[in-house]
Amino acid sequence: MARITAGVGSSHVPLLGVAVDQGKSDDDYFGPIFKGYEWTRKWEANTQPDVVILVYNDHASAFDANIIPTFAIGCGDHYKSADEGWGPRAVPDVEGHADLAWHIAQSLILDEFDMTIINEMDVDHGLTVPLSMMFGQPAKWPVKVVPLAVNVVTYPVPSGNRCWALGEAIKRAVESFPEDLNVQIWGTGGMSHQLQGPRAGLLNREWDNKFLDALIGDSDAARWIPHIEYLRETGSEGIEMVMWLIMRGALGRETRLLHRHYHIPCSNTAIGHIVLEPVD
Amino acid sequence: MSNNDATQGKKPALNIHEYLAELDDIPGTRIYTAARARKGYWINQFAMSLMKAENRARFKADERAYLDEWNISEAAKEALLARDYNRLLDLGGNVYFLSKLFSSDGLPFAEAVSTMTDMTWPEYRQMMLDGGRSAEGNRSIKANLAAAAANKGAN
Repeated sequence: MARITAGVGSSHVPLLGVAVDQGKSDDDYFGPIFKGYEWTRKWEANTQPDVVILVYNDHASAFDANIIPTFAIGCGDHYKSADEGWGPRAVPDVEGHADLAWHIAQSLILDEFDMTIINEMDVDHGLTVPLSMMFGQPAKWPVKVVPLAVNVVTYPVPSGNRCWALGEAIKRAVESFPEDLNVQIWGTGGMSHQLQGPRAGLLNREWDNKFLDALIGDSDAARWIPHIEYLRETGSEGIEMVMWLIMRGALGRETRLLHRHYHIPCSNTAIGHIVLEPVD
Repeated sequence: MSNNDATQGKKPALNIHEYLAELDDIPGTRIYTAARARKGYWINQFAMSLMKAENRARFKADERAYLDEWNISEAAKEALLARDYNRLLDLGGNVYFLSKLFSSDGLPFAEAVSTMTDMTWPEYRQMMLDGGRSAEGNRSIKANLAAAAANKGAN
């Protein structure tokens, strides 16, 4: 049986990808950010997951303004890095796990989550930056990836409660997959940031850390945070944190903290990172 | 985390009109609502087209001629030519789409974002290094107006 063995939360700021690609990850600006991922890189190398269900948002790359899926799951065999306006990032192609992805897609639909299924798409920094943060610059990514794209751009975006419930359904789906697979789920994006308007540059260290606290243990209070609270407290793009709740929901009733990191700033954004495991 | 009914594990009742009104109560912010998405559809689709190298080259060769191929209002074309991003947000542009234009210009994301604030790029960069903009006083237009009125009354 496949199992979700751990959950990872991480920001996915595009500038982090630039830092990796240009070899700047230990300079004065980026060093303190990447230092907080060293523990995770070693842990990933030791635990060797087979598959990562990678929850992220597409930033107007694979999806344009025409079609706006609330929850979309990638069921293909491979995905290329998207050209986001400056040419594609020179990272390995992302290998999918079509058998598991199709199983999850079918299970979720039967579980009343009306998923959009994607066979072919390019994946942008939302997906490739977390891979770089966790795995560095390998010739080939050491895991297969099931991309799960969430609309956090056009309102209304899904509620925190719906995201958490989707995570719970993903856990059930994974556990009904017959093959023995070590599966992680990653929730990416955030933490506080606002990329638009005169209020741009808003960061909120205190609120972000309360949110990280809320992911640990057996409380489910975070699923009830309304959109407006993310927007007022953490900036317009802080809403991406609802994606972390899919990860948290998939870990079951209670979690244990393995690692945590927080740093301000990276470009416009507060960097948050957490590694959790389910408590049986 | 707010300590309301919601945190007690109760699913909050939601009124769509109140929900949408709250989204417009944040100072200096244009939440990308369905209404804005409808208004700015072709601005965003134009920006999206810049993800292709051949389109970027055609745009750079003659920006006005390239824009004239799109069903975009004159006001929006002028805002695009002027890179007036706050105006573009008002016209329904979204920053993730508009960022294709930053990238085509070779402008770092944060520098482009800084042009929407009242700061220069070095000032904005320094603000971020110093911990960013505080949420204090930036949460609610209504609350700010009420505070200003109360303050005036007190004087």
